[in-house]
Amino acid sequence: MNLWLTVLIASAISFATKLLGYVVPQSALDHPLTDRIMRYLPVALLSALIAVQALTTSAGDFTLDARAAGLGVAICCLFARAPFLLVVVSAAGTAALLRAFGAG
Amino acid sequence: MNSAVAPTAKSVARKGFWVGVATGAYGISYGALAVTAGLDVWQAVTLSLLLFSGGSQFALIGVIGAGGSGASAIGTSALLGLRNGFYGLQVSRLLQETGWRKVVAAQLTIDESTAVSVTQPNRELARTGFWWTGLSVYVLWGAMSAVGALLGNAIGDPKTFGLDAAAPAAFCALVWPRLSTTRARVVAIAAGVIALLVAPHAASGIPVLVAALAAVVAGLLPDRTITGAEDI
Repeated sequence: MNLWLTVLIASAISFATKLLGYVVPQSALDHPLTDRIMRYLPVALLSALIAVQALTTSAGDFTLDARAAGLGVAICCLFARAPFLLVVVSAAGTAALLRAFGAG
Repeated sequence: MNSAVAPTAKSVARKGFWVGVATGAYGISYGALAVTAGLDVWQAVTLSLLLFSGGSQFALIGVIGAGGSGASAIGTSALLGLRNGFYGLQVSRLLQETGWRKVVAAQLTIDESTAVSVTQPNRELARTGFWWTGLSVYVLWGAMSAVGALLGNAIGDPKTFGLDAAAPAAFCALVWPRLSTTRARVVAIAAGVIALLVAPHAASGIPVLVAALAAVVAGLLPDRTITGAEDI
């Protein structure tokens, strides 16, 4: 398939998916139960994303490497109420340092 | 949780901007990897502006770079983008936008803008957080992917700078204020464990979607079973 065609079809699907969340009628989601589930949805999706990004190989297998160490440092920073930027920089710095010394 | 100072419109806007900067740094590595995978500079930037969803973009260039077909690249990208539809369900209710602003908001609905938006204590700050984060990320992600694509291999492996560890750390910081109740913390841990259990057996994108089950269970359980669930 032409690469441009791939780029444009993937983009169209991405936008359609995003828009879908906006055009579902509010009334369809007004049930108290749906409301409760939806309030937990971002936490669940983002937490799963964190786990997959930091703790799996490209094949999906569980692994503990420099990324996991970075995440651990980030969580420590958050317990210490560090600001956003410090959390991110500390995590990246930890992973970079470990790799510089040949770990992870 | 543990927020020392109550957020203001200014502090929320500033956070949105810094999220954009952090994401922009990641955009450089995306741009460089995209041209390495065989895309030209325009294709790399078009994906950032039109597809605009980091996970899907990395997946798409990953499949292309590995010699996969266009159809499988589109499929993987679409699966990874499905969560944006779920984000939209929640974010659209906070924003209450109409007309063209609704269309722009939909395009800006990604992990980062959702995370900043839904963690705010009220609707006004949620709107501020969404627009500042969404627009900062959009502009900086687009610009930095162009820079990365132009520099190409010259910048070396982004892992050297620990950039692949920055993204999960950023999401962790963004979700953190939302973990103020026991139930929210249980949902977060359960979702992470579910994703890790599913990951070896499913295509990219599926594990995160299956983890939404944690939210469904949390919503179905009556409040009294877990203390501190009255608000999230």
